Amino acid sequence: MPAVGTSARRYEGPEKLSGRALYLDDHDIPGCLFGVTLRSEIPRGRIKNVVFDRAFPWSECVVATAEDIPTNIVALIEDDQPLLADGIVRHALEPIALIAHESREKAYEALRFVRVEYEELPPVLTIEDSLSRREILYGSDNVFKRYLVRRGDVEKGLRESPVVVEGEYRVPHQEQAYIENNAMAAWWKDGALTVMGSLQCPYYVHKAMKKLFGLSDGQVRVIQATTGGGFGGKEEYPNMIGGHAAALARKAGRPVKIVYDRSEDMAATTKRHPAIVRHRTGLSRDGRLIAQDIQVLMDGGAYVTLSPVVLSRGTIHAPGPYECPNVRVDASVLATNTPPNGAFRGFGAPQTLFAAELHWEKIAAATGIDSLSLRRKNAFREGSVTATGQVLKESVGAREVLDLAVGKSGYLKKRSSYKRWNRDPKKPCWKGIGLALVHHGGGFTGSGEVYLASRAAVSIGRDGLVRVLAASTEIGQGTNTLFSQIVADALGLPRDLVAIENPDTAKVPDSGPTVASRTCMVVGGLLRRAADDLRSALLEAAGGSIPQSRSKLRQAAVRLCAGEKERRFEASYEPPAGVHWDDKSYSGDAYAVYSYAAVAADIEVDKTSFEVRVRKITTAQDIGRAINPLLAAGQVTGGTAQAVGWALYENVVMKNGRMTNPQLTNYIIPTALDTPPMDVILVEKPFSGGPFGAKGVGELPMDVPAPAIAAAVHQATGILIPELPLIPETLHRYHDQTQRQR
Amino acid sequence: MEFLRPRSVREALETFQKTPGALALAGGTDFMVGWNMGLLNGKTVVDLSRIAEWKGIEAGKTGVRIGSLVTHAELQRHPLIRREFPLLVEACALIGAIAIQNRGTIGGNIANASPAADTFPSLAVYEAVVHTASPQGRRAIPFLGIFAGPKKTHLRPGELIEAIEIPYARPRPSAAYFRKVGTRAAQALSKTVAAGLLWLSRGKTVAESRFALGSVAPTIRRARKAEDYLRGRKLTAETVGRAMDLVEAEIAPIDDVRSTAAYRFAVSKNLLKEFLECRPR
Repeated sequence: MPAVGTSARRYEGPEKLSGRALYLDDHDIPGCLFGVTLRSEIPRGRIKNVVFDRAFPWSECVVATAEDIPTNIVALIEDDQPLLADGIVRHALEPIALIAHESREKAYEALRFVRVEYEELPPVLTIEDSLSRREILYGSDNVFKRYLVRRGDVEKGLRESPVVVEGEYRVPHQEQAYIENNAMAAWWKDGALTVMGSLQCPYYVHKAMKKLFGLSDGQVRVIQATTGGGFGGKEEYPNMIGGHAAALARKAGRPVKIVYDRSEDMAATTKRHPAIVRHRTGLSRDGRLIAQDIQVLMDGGAYVTLSPVVLSRGTIHAPGPYECPNVRVDASVLATNTPPNGAFRGFGAPQTLFAAELHWEKIAAATGIDSLSLRRKNAFREGSVTATGQVLKESVGAREVLDLAVGKSGYLKKRSSYKRWNRDPKKPCWKGIGLALVHHGGGFTGSGEVYLASRAAVSIGRDGLVRVLAASTEIGQGTNTLFSQIVADALGLPRDLVAIENPDTAKVPDSGPTVASRTCMVVGGLLRRAADDLRSALLEAAGGSIPQSRSKLRQAAVRLCAGEKERRFEASYEPPAGVHWDDKSYSGDAYAVYSYAAVAADIEVDKTSFEVRVRKITTAQDIGRAINPLLAAGQVTGGTAQAVGWALYENVVMKNGRMTNPQLTNYIIPTALDTPPMDVILVEKPFSGGPFGAKGVGELPMDVPAPAIAAAVHQATGILIPELPLIPETLHRYHDQTQRQR
Repeated sequence: MEFLRPRSVREALETFQKTPGALALAGGTDFMVGWNMGLLNGKTVVDLSRIAEWKGIEAGKTGVRIGSLVTHAELQRHPLIRREFPLLVEACALIGAIAIQNRGTIGGNIANASPAADTFPSLAVYEAVVHTASPQGRRAIPFLGIFAGPKKTHLRPGELIEAIEIPYARPRPSAAYFRKVGTRAAQALSKTVAAGLLWLSRGKTVAESRFALGSVAPTIRRARKAEDYLRGRKLTAETVGRAMDLVEAEIAPIDDVRSTAAYRFAVSKNLLKEFLECRPR
């Protein structure tokens, strides 16, 4: 019986349920010290002096500073970020020094005995501030990266449009709020470094360690411990904390473990990029798009980190899933003196798609055509051409997901009945239902996958054990289970004969990072090809049929291995035929394929408290073939809950460049009681380039609920609030303003 | 951290006399937050959980006496409390989450004196009395008189809360109202929390009203001016509007990480309106 398409049991489920799975802090490492981080108190300044108070017994500690790092650079895209601040701090909570002690409590206590003296410099804390160039933090203009996407002639298009609609939208930070905080351990032996921890991308950490300590490939080993969630928050930050553990371990001559507590993790590590997005849209009187002129500004924080690629995805998704002959997207990410913003599920797309989708509400008001008809008129179909000039050849489910979400939610009926309801001033609440439609490209942007040149392998041992060898990490999303299903079916073996090797750079090839909705679609595709090769070899060794029992498989494996311990079949990335991308003009096939999602959000706003309650989310999502429908629905449900949090609750309060509410008591993520009931419909339009027709699903659900909720609030209150989060205070402020104007 | 565990009221009072500055530990729900932040390092803690005398609920002729160590969960389950003090039951059901309700005690809640405590508006409108014990003797303090400021009470050093007495509301109120406006549906701290009792006379005029608000001033507030104004009046749109204006002058909310003063002003007034209109939610 094929495994693909079934809701097969989670590969690591029993380990986690029984408590046997070991997270980093569960590992008892002999002789291990505990490391803590001394961080900047101010957003910008020169370090004049670091004073270690003699009242503390410093001989019990190991202390590391910038001087102890051979190459003080955290390797990502640019080389601008130090592992430890050297003379200057560029954001609050920037690491300045590290302290290790045998006792965790003593290590934290030691921090109270260090004082940093600064010469403060004027900080740049917002996008507007950075744009004003009052202070220059980076390059000549504070711009980390700029992209320009052009199609047709926007100015001409706007001039010729009978209707032009302008809008400005703002979206805030968001904290990933994974269950397990960042945690890494490191130890050295004979000049070689091993780093273990909670991470998404073993080979990113591998590359960073080589650079920091001047090591060769073979001198660094990175092992993933069981990881309690990532959501992008463990894409780049493990380079930092892993480097810290390694630096302390190097100086101490003993293993060192660093485990953040919740406050440190929330305040110091990466968040979603805040953004300002401006639209100028030209349309015909019957609502057809003629021109889209879009400006995107993102707050990158103090260092480049991954901002250029976050901006890239945001740029390409900015026009939404609609065909328009004239498009210009002018996008920049700017430097500020705040902790660097980074990867977070959706990676720039939720920011720009919020603007694109909520803008339909404004267009609907201006044209008198409802937003559903407008979307239907303009949405992608097969053969549509995107803003980057990509022709969508297959697997375009935009219209289907829209119609399904509309139909299943009773959108049209509710839209009109809520209109009547809201006219009655005696009702205790206002009601609204709102729509959004989005796309999300699977895999790295543009030529990204070509540069990554990922590899993945399947091996068979003399013992007959089939192993999946990939650097893709299980972070709660189901990597292990999907890979075992794909490989089992490619081989024609029962799934329980397929084992997954733990991501460990000493054992698995570089399959690229576990990000960008690429694990199933791209790495799963590599595994399928590797497994096909193993299958051919196995068929030959077994005399024409695949053995179905462990013992028969073992006999064939012995023949196949021919005296070796194992036989390994590896596949490396090859771009699909006919896919072209030009980095210079930023045009061409931005992604191999897109997934699509629509949401109808049914909400109530309490007239007493201005609280928004989501009564129901109805969503249809075209993700290609669902390898494991239950896991896929889980991604949709979880991503929707996370997006409801971003839309309605999560409010990073920044003061002088520092988060003032870094606790789960005051940074509000939805609980089960705040998470709405959901109707999830999976639409499976197969993609010929994915394993068994699969596309990406990880990020798509994060893109779509927020603008639908904002549109519903618009119907309920009559106010279009162009910002997030829609906390009651914000609704009250807008409501109050509107009342005063009347 | 030194941890002491007296077994009786007498032992507890003696312990505090011997170790001035010691911290009392009841359910520990807020205590653990401070401990986690390292604020309690080196302190002496007196765990009161073994004092059996303070764990009962006794019904009297004119009211009920609730031991200070009775938990929020026990209050919710108690048939007499459910019948006589539904606003206290509602409040207890919205504190933190079930685990917190199982640990947290009514006495600990009062001694902790958080301006955002969820039980306070209910205790204020029921006009509870706090009974304390100390080596100097026993005292009965009206509920509103015990608070000195955020996280501060008028309890003397070594003085402990032993019980809370709540008189039955007689005649029974025409309407009772409780609402917590928190940061989310559960595991939430209050932005504003309100309780109200209303007695209407035959002519539909207000015989008496009591309305209390939490989280909008350094301590829990009764809306005395609005209450006085409403006495003898009919609840028209105009009188309700006037009462809402009066509430505004009686509270002093602030901007903090959880909300804004402007929002708290607006919602406090709206809560009074909702209470007076007896509108079902």
